[in-house]
Amino acid sequence: MLHNNRRSMQKILPLLFSLLMSPTLAQQYFAEKSIIVFFSDGVIEDIRAENKKSTSIFDLGKADVAFLVSIKDFQFPKTLMQVHFNEKYMESDKYPKSSFKGKLVGFNPAAKSVQQVHAVGKLTIHGVTKDVDIPGTIEFKDPGYQMKAKFMLKLDDYKITVPEILWQNIAKEVEVTIDFTYRPL
Amino acid sequence: MNLPVMKRIITVLMLLGLPLLTLAQDDLLGELEKNSKDTEYAVATFKGTRLVNGHTVETKGAGSLEFIFMHRFGAINDGWYELYGLDQAYVRLALDYGITDNLSVSIGRNSVDKTMDGYLKYKFLKQSSGVKNFPVTITALAGAAYKTSPKENSQVNADFQTVDRLSYTGQLLIARKFTSNFSLQIMPTMVHKNFVFTFTDNQGGELPKESNDQFFLGIGGRLKLTKGLSINTEYYQHLNPRGNSGYADGDKLYNSLGFGIDIETGGHVFQLILTNTRGLTERAFLTETTDDFFAGDIHLGFNVTRTFQIKKKRTGE
Repeated sequence: MLHNNRRSMQKILPLLFSLLMSPTLAQQYFAEKSIIVFFSDGVIEDIRAENKKSTSIFDLGKADVAFLVSIKDFQFPKTLMQVHFNEKYMESDKYPKSSFKGKLVGFNPAAKSVQQVHAVGKLTIHGVTKDVDIPGTIEFKDPGYQMKAKFMLKLDDYKITVPEILWQNIAKEVEVTIDFTYRPL
Repeated sequence: MNLPVMKRIITVLMLLGLPLLTLAQDDLLGELEKNSKDTEYAVATFKGTRLVNGHTVETKGAGSLEFIFMHRFGAINDGWYELYGLDQAYVRLALDYGITDNLSVSIGRNSVDKTMDGYLKYKFLKQSSGVKNFPVTITALAGAAYKTSPKENSQVNADFQTVDRLSYTGQLLIARKFTSNFSLQIMPTMVHKNFVFTFTDNQGGELPKESNDQFFLGIGGRLKLTKGLSINTEYYQHLNPRGNSGYADGDKLYNSLGFGIDIETGGHVFQLILTNTRGLTERAFLTETTDDFFAGDIHLGFNVTRTFQIKKKRTGE
């Protein structure tokens, strides 16, 4: 009897573990390519900056997603703009990183076509954390996924003050476009 | 290998592997932060390329051209007749261009001694934290200045040649941005003058009045008061000074000292200055300052810059 039990345990255990593990193995995806574009439609001039060094992890099973963005990695066409962006608006010495942590609501892991989803979670910029709901798309692109979103950010929400006399060319709201490509971890 | 043994091995392997995987799943953001491998470089240790009279570690960004207008009035203690110095004006007009983000070139004209000057400035080490850690930013400067005044060589000295009009500056600028509001800089500096005046000593020998090679140690800093306003100081200690004994009041030499307020508005940096010098090349303000700040020979002045982006940086579009 005892002998029998051990035999069956031996059969069950590996099965149990492989069940637990196999989804885990394929579950996490890491961003291998990322672009975040910041665009301000100004009265005097448009300002566009780009960050290609952000990182992100996507957990397929839980539909959890996290982004980490280094503010100093935003590249502007004009050096002085980049300096002002870091020094005056984003205060990147004090708040070097922005992040998002949340869930993709409406995501179906089985679907292979483009899906409309919402990233619901906490967005932290300039040391201010806000609950956000950002619509976007996710598409299965073998072997990983591609996520895209475009949304408006109100500078006031994140206590980013633009000294109006100084730069009349920064809008109160900026457009943020993200495009991330993930591969399995 | 028989089947049960295989299974046992697999089980053990899985048991070993499982905790690792669960650990990795904990908190996605925490995991990103743990794995982030970037180096952060200090941005804007100073607002401008000039501290007061001399340089900061800052160079112009690639493709940007800065027009800089430096102006010094006469000394405040000149009194009412000179409208407290405002009747006099000493200027330097110059253009600085960023060849790369770290290498700048400049050409300028000074009204003092009708001097043309030019320099190369190269930021070769940057203060950083993260994967790469370095405590300071270091910029090297090499400059030359050519005095076009007086017009004729013979007006200076009998054996004065055109090459004697040149002087050179070599400088290391070492700065640290301690906090976003406080930066400190030290500036070991050398000025070489091709020509110095001589005097005859009591044995009849010809001796130079000052050394051709003169050394200085500068120290300066900035304190940011608001996002657009900061105060600066700059002081250069002469390490091998000529000495003032035997010289009349107007010929005594002093170390260069200056205070400034930086006001930044968009593409402009406006610096309001109080200093004891009127010259704006290293030769003039380091080796030829005859005004004593503490005796009230204070010059009001300003530096105004305007930056134009000539060539846009590529951002991938």
